[in-house]
Amino acid sequence: MTDATASREAAGALPPGSALPDAPLNQGGGIRAGEDRVARAMRRRGDESRFWWLVPTLYIVFLLLPIYWLINMSFKTNQEIIGGMTLFPHEPTLRNYRIIFSDPSWYWGYLNSITYVLINMVVSVAVALPAAYAFSRYRFLGDKHLFFWLLTNRMAPPAVFALPFFQLYSAFGLIDTHIAVALAHCLFNVPLAVWILEGFMSGVPKEIDETAYIDGYSFPRFFVKIFMPLIASGIGVAAFFCFMFSWVELLLARTLTTVNAKPIAAVMTRTVSASGMDWGLLAAAGVLTLIPGALVIWFVRNYIAKGFALGRV
Amino acid sequence: MLELQNVSKLVGAETHIADVSLRLERGSLNVLLGPTLSGKTSLMRLMAGLDRPTAGRILVDGADVTGTPVQKRNVAMVYQQFINYPAMTVYENIASPLRVAGVDAATIDKEVKRAAELLRLTPYLARTPLNLSGGQQQRTALARAIVKKASLVLLDEPLANLDYKLREELRAELPKLFAETGAVFVYATTEPHEALLLGGNTATLSQGRVTQFGPTVEVFRKPVDLLTARTFSDPPLNTIALVKRGGSFVMEGDSGVALPVPLSLAAIPDGPYTVAFQPHHLSLSPRDGGAAVRAKVTASEITGSESYVHLGFADARWVMLAHGIRRFEPDETVEIFIDTRHLLVFGPDGRAASTFPLAA
Repeated sequence: MTDATASREAAGALPPGSALPDAPLNQGGGIRAGEDRVARAMRRRGDESRFWWLVPTLYIVFLLLPIYWLINMSFKTNQEIIGGMTLFPHEPTLRNYRIIFSDPSWYWGYLNSITYVLINMVVSVAVALPAAYAFSRYRFLGDKHLFFWLLTNRMAPPAVFALPFFQLYSAFGLIDTHIAVALAHCLFNVPLAVWILEGFMSGVPKEIDETAYIDGYSFPRFFVKIFMPLIASGIGVAAFFCFMFSWVELLLARTLTTVNAKPIAAVMTRTVSASGMDWGLLAAAGVLTLIPGALVIWFVRNYIAKGFALGRV
Repeated sequence: MLELQNVSKLVGAETHIADVSLRLERGSLNVLLGPTLSGKTSLMRLMAGLDRPTAGRILVDGADVTGTPVQKRNVAMVYQQFINYPAMTVYENIASPLRVAGVDAATIDKEVKRAAELLRLTPYLARTPLNLSGGQQQRTALARAIVKKASLVLLDEPLANLDYKLREELRAELPKLFAETGAVFVYATTEPHEALLLGGNTATLSQGRVTQFGPTVEVFRKPVDLLTARTFSDPPLNTIALVKRGGSFVMEGDSGVALPVPLSLAAIPDGPYTVAFQPHHLSLSPRDGGAAVRAKVTASEITGSESYVHLGFADARWVMLAHGIRRFEPDETVEIFIDTRHLLVFGPDGRAASTFPLAA
């Protein structure tokens, strides 16, 4: 028998884990105490700054001031607007809104805008869904290049396309129709929707698709019943972005329309008359233009951040 | 019955599955055993019909299904990750294959309740999968596979992501759950002891090849080559290069080691061999047929009531599984005993010596 065997026996005779259990406990206590200290330090620093409200307040004031001013103006008479600066309407009036809601050339502007925006939203998302699925699930020749190339469409200013579009749409007799504007806006909305949806789709494991096929789902049935509910928030965000960009786009919408599909933004440029500028009316039209966007934002508010990151969070 | 005939799968220039031929009988339990990236999942995907083999044929009950899409095959599969439909309740998840098949609502209800009862999911039927624990999520996936009553059930490391206790529990239940359906049951795992616990047949995989297929215990006891023996050993198999001279294996240029050649292998020719033995065939105390060797300790790990002692002997790295708690200092020299009754002997080409044609 050697020394080694003796020491082995000594070790073997040791009751299992006699000295060990204390160590982890102490360690845990140490970590917890450390966390407490950090938390306390952070709280103290928070308490010390009595001006914590300053930055948020400034931020909100600067952000909301123009919007407040717009709403403020929309309830004023033209005399009051031109007369001087008043913080709130001294003679509040609904005249501006009444004109918009009673004059067909005004409210048709809104209806036209909403029509082509909705058509564009539906077309963009419907086209982008299968495209995004292909980009997210299949590898094919040049897929990455094509995917990037899609986004470059967004980088060209719409003005570049105004002339060719005008020519092409004239040739097909589409000028001054809602569908013309909706299709033109697909130029930048489809790539965006593809990017957003691809991000959301890549977050869904491929195995879910396969499990569905194994269960017996055909592709269309799987896509509608299993897959779309999983990326519902992505579809919502993509639709929101399509809505937003189509709603604010003016150049293409104005170029491709004359009377029947004229967007509200184009109508708003008509407020100059012989009696001067109708500021109040313009402000009221502006307020009404903000409302649809605000409404849509409310519905997708929880997913907006993920949408801006193109679903890659 | 599922039959694979010379099936290969290439992805680009990479070979994922190389010339696999297997015959899996109805009602049998088959384990695919191999390390990560050995091709277990690739092989299962080919069996399921999710991928199309580059070469070879796949037959189900004698009919060629090589090009048949997965929807038309009667297959159920459970993945290592807990895959369910997050937008549906557990009830709808389990009912999904039946709904697609157009089964009437009363039967669906009966089947779902039965499967939920079997897998103890009844209280959670109204929840969505993401509100369940990992074990419950995987049981939901298993329940979906059960209600389908598929003729081929593929489980791809279904228990790997579960905690220890649940894994033990489900492993015991799984074969029973599927046994009554008479399906071909395929279970992929990386753990040799899991294969032994499940029993049935085992196919060992290494780099996309099936190295051996047969009853699990036979594959474990009598591996046909070194690769199979290595795959089927955890902790790693102990090996040493020795030369056979007459009735014993000796080390080249050293008379320190002399392992007697097992009687069954007495007829193999003299020459170089790789001799292998399992960690539990090394011990600290002499037993019948034990050959003494002195080795140096490199590390020792204690796992509850057993200890793994890592040893260095010449160029070889060995692991010994010793009973009780054993503590050694590194670089300590200990005397160990190799149980020579359980030696595995492989020729220079890696084939087991027992498969050699006996010298006339």
